[in-house]
Order: sequence, then C-alpha cells, then structure tokens
Amino acid sequence: MEEKELPRLAFFSFTCCEGCQLAVLSCEDELPDILSLVKIVNFREAIDQKSDDYDIAFVEGSITRKEEVRKLKKIRKHAKIVVALGACSSTGGLNCLKNRFTMDEVKREVYGKDAGKSERFDTLPTRAIDEIIPVDYYLHGCPISKKEFLHLTTSLLLGKRPDIPNHPVCVECKMAGNICVFEKGMTCVGPITRAGCEAICVTYGAICWGCRGLVDNPNADAHAETLKRHGLTVESVMRKFSLYGACKTHKC
Amino acid sequence: MKKDLNIKIHEITRVEGHGNIVIDVKKGKIKELKLEIIESPRFFEAMLRGRRYDEAQHIMSRICGICAVSHTSASLKAIESAMDIKISKQAELLRKLAFYGETLQSHILHLFFLVLPDLAGVGSIVPLLTSHPDMARTGLELKRLANDICATVGGRHIHPISLFPGGVVHTPKPQELKRLREALEGSFEGLEMMLAFLNDHPFPEFSLKREYISLKDRGEYGLYNGNPVSSDSYAFKPESYTRKIKEYVVSHSAAKHAKTEGTFMVGALARVNNSYRQLSPRAKAAAKKAKLTVPSYNPFLNNMAQLIECYHSTEESISLIEKLLLMGPKPEPVKKPKAWGRGFGVVEAPRGTLYHEYKIDKDGLIEKAVCIIPTAQNLRSIEDDLRALVPGLLGRPKAEIARAVETLVRAYDPCISCSTHIMDVEFA
Repeated sequence: MEEKELPRLAFFSFTCCEGCQLAVLSCEDELPDILSLVKIVNFREAIDQKSDDYDIAFVEGSITRKEEVRKLKKIRKHAKIVVALGACSSTGGLNCLKNRFTMDEVKREVYGKDAGKSERFDTLPTRAIDEIIPVDYYLHGCPISKKEFLHLTTSLLLGKRPDIPNHPVCVECKMAGNICVFEKGMTCVGPITRAGCEAICVTYGAICWGCRGLVDNPNADAHAETLKRHGLTVESVMRKFSLYGACKTHKC
Repeated sequence: MKKDLNIKIHEITRVEGHGNIVIDVKKGKIKELKLEIIESPRFFEAMLRGRRYDEAQHIMSRICGICAVSHTSASLKAIESAMDIKISKQAELLRKLAFYGETLQSHILHLFFLVLPDLAGVGSIVPLLTSHPDMARTGLELKRLANDICATVGGRHIHPISLFPGGVVHTPKPQELKRLREALEGSFEGLEMMLAFLNDHPFPEFSLKREYISLKDRGEYGLYNGNPVSSDSYAFKPESYTRKIKEYVVSHSAAKHAKTEGTFMVGALARVNNSYRQLSPRAKAAAKKAKLTVPSYNPFLNNMAQLIECYHSTEESISLIEKLLLMGPKPEPVKKPKAWGRGFGVVEAPRGTLYHEYKIDKDGLIEKAVCIIPTAQNLRSIEDDLRALVPGLLGRPKAEIARAVETLVRAYDPCISCSTHIMDVEFA
C-alpha cells in the first residue's frame, strides 16, 4: 500500500495528565503493527511531525481555556471522526472538582496574590469536549483501557462500529470473580457506572470510583435499594460519585 | 559571525506537556530567552480541598500519567505522616517495588522513545523501527517489563490502584513475583545495548556549575526514602522545605519557578552526583564504562544518569522481590488513622524531588494541600543553561541551533503537565 493511502491519525491533548496518550504508548506489543497500518501525523508527546491533515482525531483532556475551545473547533473541522480519549475529555473527569469553587478562588488557592499577574493562570470551569463539539466515539476511563483503545481503533480502520459497553461495572466485576465491595463494608459506585474496565479497581482491592461515568440509563432505584440493604444513603455514594461525575451529574 | 537570531519553537515535541522556547538575540546579545510553559493550569491544590484523606492519593496520582506512582507515594507519605499511620514491612516493600518500576518505566520511555531519535537524527521512534530495529524493540520490551512491575503490585502503572493509606490492598502471587525476577535478570542486556549506543554518540561538551538537590538516605541510594541534601553541603528536613526552596511566579510560565540562594537542579544527575557511592554494583560499573565522573555539571549527562539509575532500579527491584518471596506475601488489612494535622511526603520522582504537604482536619477532610514539582524546580536551571549555551552556537545555522536547544531542554526530561499541576494550552 502507498504511504499516502494509509489512514491518518492525530492525537491532541488539552487539560489533563497525558496518561491516556501514555496508555496508547503502552501498547508495546501492538505498536509496530498499528504503525504499519496507519500514519500518525500528530502526537506531540512522542513525535516531531505536526499536520492539519488527518482522518481520525483522538482528543485527550478537558477544556478549561479559551484557546482550547478555538483549537478544539479547528480539530472538529479537520477530522472525519473525533474520539474522546479518556475521562477528562469524555466527562470532564477529575478536573471537574475545581468547579465546586469560583474560578477566582481556585486561582488564588494556587497562585496567591500573583493570581492576576499573567493570563497564563486564567481558567474556565472544566468542560467535557462534547459540551463544545459533537463527538463520534468515546473511550471512557481514567486512564483508558488499552484493550478498548485497540478494539475501537481496529473497528474504525475496518469501517465497523465499535462496541462500547453500556452495562454497569457490576457485570464485569462478577465475571472477574470479585467479592462485592458492599459485602466488605465499603461504598462503591459500580452499579451505575459504565463498564469496559473489567472492574480492575475492585480486582486490585479498591472500589469503583466511577471514572467511566454513568451508564446511559442508570438503574437508580435498584441502586438505592442496594444501598438501603447495606445501611448506606444515596448521599454517601453521591459524594464518591462526585469525584468523576461533578460535571455530568448536574445535567442528569 | 551571525549577530541576530530569532527562534521560536512552538510546542516542543517529545516532552511531556506543552512548552515553547523563545530566543531573541540582537547584535550578539541575548535580548530575550525563555521557556514558556503554556500547559493548562490544573489547580490540584484547590481540587483536593474538602475531599476525604483516602481519596487524596487517588486524586493526586492524576497530576501526571508518567509519574503517577511517585505522586501516589508522596501523597500516601503525607497522609500517613499527618494521621500517624505506620505501614507494615510488606507494604513498604511492595510500594518500593512499584516505585522502582516507575523509575525504570519513566527513564526507559525517555531514553528510548524521546532521546534516541535525537541521537539517531530522526523525529520519533517510528523510523527507528526500521533504521534501528533492535534498539526500538529492546526499548519496547524494557518498557513493558517496567509496566509489568507496576501492574503486578498496583494493578496498572498509569494511576496505580492498590496503593492505599495504611498499606497495599492487593497482594501479588509468588509466581508473579518470580516471573518478574526472571525477566529483570534478563533485562541487563538491553541496558548494555543502550549504554554502548550512548558511548558511541557522545553528549555535547557543556558545563555550568550549579547546586544539586536530592534526597539522601543513610541505608540506601536516595530515591524512595531520605531527606533533602544539597551539593552545597547542607541538608534540611522535608517539613522545612518551604524555607529552603522558594517558589515564585514568572509571567511567561504557568508553572512556578523555584530557587534556593541561586539556581539548583534536581533529577537523575543530581542524585548520581549526591549519592554516587550508594549506587548498586552494576550501576557503578555502568557509570565507569560511561566515564561519568562526579560531580558532573553537564546537564546533557542527565540522560546517562538516567541509564545508570535503570541499572540501579533493576538490581534493587530484584532484591526487593527476593525479600518479598522470603517473607511469603499475604493479604493484610490496612492500618487505620490515629491522629490528624499536618503531614509531609517527599520522594525522588524520576525527574527529581517531589514534595507534598497536607493539612487534614479531625473529620479526615483535606483542608489545605501544597505540592512542589521537580520540573518546576528545574525551569530556572534550564533557562540558565540556555543562556550559557546559545552564545557559543550563534555562528551555526538556525535549524542546528534550534535542535541543540531542544535537545538540551529534552535532556532534563521536563514533565510539563506535572509542573502545571496548578496551571496553561495555547495552539497555533
């Protein structure tokens, strides 16, 4: 195949830790194969080349600045397909925690009396990218799952619709053979959180923190029932969910 | 000789995060020289306010995808010092193993993916897959092994799961640890390959005297444990770091800068300079082969120091695994908090000394958080180096100067997302 015929992939990063780009670089076994099937034209963390000509744009990070809004709109114009890469991009992620305060307060907390000194310190309330542009596909999670990234990428290259889970984490947690977090006396938001992570956090001894956002139609009544059975309240769980859900839960 | 020069490198590539280099020389004099940090501010200190203590390490890990274990470790140390929690021996060994795994993963990523292309004269690892297939494949294999170490202990490297206040909530199986030990023992060959390559591609001759700060521990090479020491012969306790290290705001950077009395550098070169004698045997042998003498004032050699630390981290990981296997790892309950108040946590992240400080109230909620990030501490040193380096290059073609300048910045392995934990993105 001629090089110019290869599909062109671009990776962009906004306000985030760049961990999802790094998760892509962590596909050590698959990278050489992927690179023989596509041309990566933007990936600042790993390559020098920069181009505005691309088919699929992977966008990582949430939007917290005016320049980012402008750049994001430009990406939408250039790309045939836009994929939100990770929690910050798809739901706003942890960055939403700062929306609990006014932006002046947030700036003062970090930069003190110098907060007004440079426009570089300016910040807008955190937004997911679909609050600004239409998004074609979402890779959820903080960080993304490598397996899901590879599945979505190969599907798109083959012209198939990727299968993104819309069932709760509990399903995968049962399949992983874990003891339910509630049985261990802890609180978990797995029953209403979108799966696709194979319940890795519970498997490794923690709880589901809700990083993948809500399933499309969360069964709130059944979840409230579970909580009641374990002597917990909706409020105590909402507090946990507010870690990742602060932006989107307000809209629900 | 060329007297005027105007360089603006927009969004330097192969570094973590967004930064520009601006250099303006008029009539042979530097008018303007700065490393603009344009990453979006994140405001983690504000994000942490009012959250429960056992969410802190989870939130702070998200400061950085590359040094997630370091942030988690510093965060846990701060929480545990504030709440008077003593973790078990097994938990300490597991945490250290994940930590060495991250040191390895970060250095390997930097050397094979970000620096090697410079040495081979290409733009990324992609062409290396065909031009230097052995090196590229070795890099990928070593990186996967480092990821595996973190994943075996913490569930994954990027944002580890099982490192919790009071202990470690997952116990690796002995056969998993044995498999890692075997892979680690076989990995020195790959490091030797990189060492030979670096010896064949000498770093630029450049030297600028400065202060080096790193952690130093009595019992071991200061990475996970220790108190800060300076090459200027003074030491300080983590709790008095704000008196020694002054952060200040500059308008061209969304990351704060830092100074002591003057400029200082942190990171692999600082550590090798300050704690050379405590390096593991193979690390010392590698330093000898590389003809690295300490103290070295050449920032380009930070990359060699990173490779030396790869040897050290590999040997230390093997010895940690042996200790764990001897104990026979078993599940343990996490230790509960006994107090509240202020706490400090400090570790050597791959890029240098990382400080976390929290104030936790009696309900276990975070009242105040402060972090000082390695890259922020190095920004002043990078600008000093550029100021010293550029005048000697003025006769060369502009593209060559730009390349040299980028290579220097990259040698520091700056982690801009981290440095702007609190901070800015600008695009063309």
